[in-house]
Amino acid sequence: MAESYESQWWVSESFWRKCAIFITAGMALVLVFLTFHTLYAIGAGADAGRVPAYSVINYRIDYVPDEERGHLVPEIGPMVPLFGEVMSEEDAKALVNHGKLTVQARNCMNCHTLLGNGAYYAPDLTKAWLDPGWGNEQARELLMTMFLKDPVTNARTFGTNRKMPNQDLTDDEVRGVIAYLKWMSAIDTNGFPANFETLPQDGPVYEPPSEASEEGAT
Amino acid sequence: MTLGALNYGELSVGKKLAIKYFSVAMVLFLAQMLFGLLAAWQFIAPDFLFGFLDFNVNRMVHINAMVVWLLYGFIGSIFWLIEDESGVPLVGAKIAEATFWVLTLAVVIVVLVYLFVQSGPGETATLWLINEGREYIEAPRWTDIGIVVCMVAIFYNVLATFLKGQWSGISGVLVLDLIALAGLYLCGMFYTTNLPVDQYWWWWVIHLWVEATWEVLVGCIMAWGLIKTLGARRKIVTTWLYIEVALMFGSGILGLGHHYFWIGTPEYWLGIGGFFSALEPIPLVAMVVHSVYDAGKHAFRSNNHPALAWLIAHAFGNFFGAGVWGFMQTLPQINLYTHGTQWASSHGHLAFFGAYVTIVVAFIYLALQKLRGDVWMSGGLVDQGRKWKWALVLTHVGMVGMTIALLIAGYEQSFVERAIGGSTWQAYFEGQMRPWFVEAMWWRMAFGVLMTVGVVLLLWDFLTIGAKEMKPMLEVKSLDEEAEDVQVGEVGVAAQS
Ligand code: HEM
Ligand code: HEM
Ligand SMILES: [Fe+2]
Repeated sequence: MAESYESQWWVSESFWRKCAIFITAGMALVLVFLTFHTLYAIGAGADAGRVPAYSVINYRIDYVPDEERGHLVPEIGPMVPLFGEVMSEEDAKALVNHGKLTVQARNCMNCHTLLGNGAYYAPDLTKAWLDPGWGNEQARELLMTMFLKDPVTNARTFGTNRKMPNQDLTDDEVRGVIAYLKWMSAIDTNGFPANFETLPQDGPVYEPPSEASEEGAT
Repeated sequence: MTLGALNYGELSVGKKLAIKYFSVAMVLFLAQMLFGLLAAWQFIAPDFLFGFLDFNVNRMVHINAMVVWLLYGFIGSIFWLIEDESGVPLVGAKIAEATFWVLTLAVVIVVLVYLFVQSGPGETATLWLINEGREYIEAPRWTDIGIVVCMVAIFYNVLATFLKGQWSGISGVLVLDLIALAGLYLCGMFYTTNLPVDQYWWWWVIHLWVEATWEVLVGCIMAWGLIKTLGARRKIVTTWLYIEVALMFGSGILGLGHHYFWIGTPEYWLGIGGFFSALEPIPLVAMVVHSVYDAGKHAFRSNNHPALAWLIAHAFGNFFGAGVWGFMQTLPQINLYTHGTQWASSHGHLAFFGAYVTIVVAFIYLALQKLRGDVWMSGGLVDQGRKWKWALVLTHVGMVGMTIALLIAGYEQSFVERAIGGSTWQAYFEGQMRPWFVEAMWWRMAFGVLMTVGVVLLLWDFLTIGAKEMKPMLEVKSLDEEAEDVQVGEVGVAAQS
C-alpha cells in the first residue's frame, strides 16, 4: 500500500527540491529584471514622467482626473515658484533633500503615512501640499510655515484633540519640509488617494522679469 | 541532568547560547507589549505623555522591539537545533558568545537613544547616530553595520558547524535562506532623496523578510519541531519543506508588487503584485494541512503539549493573519481604499503574532523541556497545565480581539476617510471621530490589556514549567524508526536518518 504511492514522482524529495530551486531562481531573476526597469522609470525627472524632477517645485501642481487612465493624476501647471523663488534643479534638489532628511530625522513616519506607508496616528502626507485645509494658493505657504513652526498652537484637530508635537524645526528645515511635500504631491501614484479634492489654486503666476527691467537692474 | 531542576550547566554550548537569546527576547517581548499599550492609550487620550514620550517614539520602540526579539528568537532556535541537526558541537563557540554580547549591547544603546534622544537635526549625522526614520528599520546606520557584522559571524557559526558535521534537507534550506535574509538587510542601508526609490528598497527588506525569507526560516524550524515533538518522518517533513519553499518563493517574491501600487512605480506592478500576492495564501494552506495531518497521524501523542499547541497555533495563525488578512487587502481595487489605514494595522498584528510569535514560543517550550532535564511535558502536568493553557487562551483572545477591533476601525476609515472624504486632512479626522472608530480604539485597548496579562502569565509559565515534575519526558517513537521496522531499505531518506 505505502509502496504504491511512495514511489510516485509527486512525493519524491528530489523532484520537489529541484522545483524549489528553479522556481526561486526564476522568480528572483524576473524581480531583478523588473527592478532595473522600475528604477530606470522612477528616477527623478525620468522620461516615464512618474517621478518629477526636483525643480517641479517651481510650478503649480494639481491633481486632476485623467479620462484615459480613469483616475486622478498630478498635473504640472504654470510657474508658481515655491516662496516666490525660482530654483535651479540643483538648488531644488538640495532643498527637497534637506526636507527629506528632516522628515527622517524627526521620525515623522511613525505618526504619518508617506505615499500611504507609515503609521496611522496622523493624516497621510502624500498630497498634503494640495490639501484644501490650507485655504487657497496665496495663503498656503504662510499657513504651512506657521503650522510647522508651532503645530500645537496652530493645531486643527477637528475635535479629536490629537495634536502634533512641536518638532522645533529651524526655518531652513521648515522650508525644506515644505519643498519636499510639494515635490511629493507631484509623484504619479496611480490615483492614490482617490477622490481627493485639491485647494483652489488661482493665484498670480510667475512673470519672468522682462528684458528691459533685467537690463535696468544690471 | 536532574528532572525538574535547571540544568543550564549541563547544556551544550549551542543550547546555552540559545537560552541567552531567548531570555533577551522575552524581556523585549514584554517591552513591546508595554510600549504598544502606551501608543494605544494615546489614541484614546492624546495628551498622555504629549511632548515627552510622543506616539512616534512609543510606536517605534514597539515595532523595533518586536523585530529584534523575533530575530533573537530565530537565532536562539537555530543555535538550539544546530548541534542536533549537524551531529557536532557548535563551531566557533567563542565568537558566537562574543556576538551575543555585542549585539545585545547595541540593542540596549539603541533603545536608550530612542527613548532619551529621540530625534535630531535634519542632517545625515542624525541618520547615522540617532534614528534613520524609516518604519521598522529605524536603527541608526552605525547599528546597521554592527548588525551586519554580527550576522556574518552567526552565519559563520552555522555554516562551519554544518560543514564539519552532516547536512540534511532542513539545514540546506536553512543556510541558503539565511544568506538571503541577511543580504536583504543591506537593501535598507542607504539614503536617497528620491522617496519612491527609498520605498522601493525599503519594501525589499520588509516584505521579502516577512513574506519570503522569514516564512521559510520558520518553515525549517517547524519541520524540525514536528520531528522532535511528534516523531514525524523526516522524509515527509523534508519533502513538505521543499514544496513550501517552492510555493512561498514562487508567490512571495513577485508578491512584493502589492506594495508598489501607489508609490510612484510603474503600472505593471498593479497586475503583477495583485496576481502573485493573491497566490501567497496557498503555501500557508499547505502548512496547515501539513502540521494538522502530522499531528493527527500521531493522534496528538506528543512529548511536549505546550510546544505542539503553539506549533498548531502557528499554522493557523499564519494562515489567518498573513493568508486571509493579507489577501483581504491585496487586490489593487481594494487596496486603493484600504492602503495606509487601520486595515494594515489589523493585518500586521495578526500576521506577526500568528506567524512568528507563536513559533518562537513553541520553540522556547521545547528548549525549556531540555533545560529541566528532559522532563515530562505531556498531559497531566502538576498544575494541570493551567498556566500554559491560560496563557495560550489569553494571548490569543487578546490578539484576535485587537485584530477585529482594528479591522472595524479600518472599514470605517476606508469608507469615511478614503472613499467619501478623499483622504484630505479633514476627512482623516472625520474618520477618526466616528463612534465605530472611537469605540474600536477602546476595544483594542481592552484586548491589549488582556493580551498583556496573557504574556505575563506566559513568562511566569516559562520560569516554572517542569520544575515540579517527577516523570521523564514521554518517549515518542519516531515514525522513521517504525518505518524501518516495517519496510527495510527505503530509498531517499534524508541524510541524517
Ligand atoms: C507572516 C507574514 C506577513 C506579515 C508578518 C505581514 C505583515 C504586514 C505588515 C506589518 C504590514 C504593514 C506595513 C506597514 O507598516 O506599512 C503589511 C502590509 C500588507 N500586507 Fe502583509 N504580512 C504578511 C503576509 C502577507 C500576505 C501573505 C499578504 C497577501 C496575501 C499580505 C498582504 C499585505 C498587503 C496588501 C499590505 C499593504 C497594506 C497597505 O496597503 O497599507 N501580507 N503586512
Ligand atoms: C498589548 C498589545 C498591543 C497593543 C496595545 C499594540 C498597539 C499598537 C499600536 C497603537 C500601534 C500603532 C498603530 C498605528 O500606527 O495606528 C501598533 C503597531 C504595530 N504593532 Fe502593536 N500592539 C500590541 C501588540 C502587538 C503584538 C503582539 C504584535 C506582533 C507581534 C504587534 C505588532 C505591531 C505591528 C507590526 C505594528 C505596525 C502596524 C502597521 O504599521 O501596519 N503589536 N501596535
Ligand atoms: Fe507584503
